[in-house]
Amino acid sequence: MALNWFKFASPATFYPIAGRLIPVFWILTLLLLAIGLYWGFFETASQLGGSNPQKEYYRIIFIHVPSAWMSMWLYIVMVAWAAIGLIFNTRLSFMMANAVAPTGAIFTFLALWTGAFWGRPSWGTYWDWDPRLTSELVLFFMYIGYMALHSAIDDTRRADRASALLAIVGLIMVPVIFWSINCPDPNQCAALHQRSNLTRIDGNILFSMLTMTLAFWMYSFATTFMRLRGIILTREAENTWVQDLLNARGRT
Amino acid sequence: MSEFFSQGGFAFFVWGAYGMVALLLVAEILQLRAEWRTIWSRLGRLTRMRDSGGTE
Repeated sequence: MALNWFKFASPATFYPIAGRLIPVFWILTLLLLAIGLYWGFFETASQLGGSNPQKEYYRIIFIHVPSAWMSMWLYIVMVAWAAIGLIFNTRLSFMMANAVAPTGAIFTFLALWTGAFWGRPSWGTYWDWDPRLTSELVLFFMYIGYMALHSAIDDTRRADRASALLAIVGLIMVPVIFWSINCPDPNQCAALHQRSNLTRIDGNILFSMLTMTLAFWMYSFATTFMRLRGIILTREAENTWVQDLLNARGRT
Repeated sequence: MSEFFSQGGFAFFVWGAYGMVALLLVAEILQLRAEWRTIWSRLGRLTRMRDSGGTE
């Protein structure tokens, strides 16, 4: 395929593309949220019986698991853009990493918050220094650290490179969170989360959970692109294409 | 209806979790919109300064 991918790496080219995609992602978000929430609240059992006797509060799963997945996925996306930026020295990649971070931090916080509100009725505590809870908290600090380091360095290009390195180092937290429930000896360490197995979840619950995950994903695309367009305008303010945009806007 | 809101007696936990998600996601959208307007007004100010022949 003779498509030149580096053409899309130009902020001037991607700015209008992102602008056209944002409404599409918002529509998808609303649609998926409506389906996921309706199905989660009205098409699922009100209590889980048998070996998992959870009551209505299990419905937190429809926001907890998607937030937790997005927190890890967005970190991987952020690191990928940061790494591409370091390797190819493309400005847009660093801007992309910058745009992803706040949304990722929000989802990490929400995973912790919804987990606390689920943990209280089911485990009897809002918080415990359990491996998975602790490593998710460290991931939250990695996001904060990335944003703080970037904003602490005045030279944007140096800020990009330094914070990209920090993000790459922090990537270690993602597999740690993922495997943190595999405690080899329950007498040595205890994980509060059960081992998860998607094939053992009731079909209706799985459907809403995956729909909500897609909704959060589309939401992340929309907010990331909104933030990205702001970052592009700020950083490219001196370029002629931004001036042309401004003049066109001023005339209307 | 009230049965739905009581969530089997777990209203505080269910709505506490969902409420924070709704709050933060809406707050992020509002913040992005405010930031967008700030960026444009700043860009406009910069151009006007340049056009009016400012020495800066």
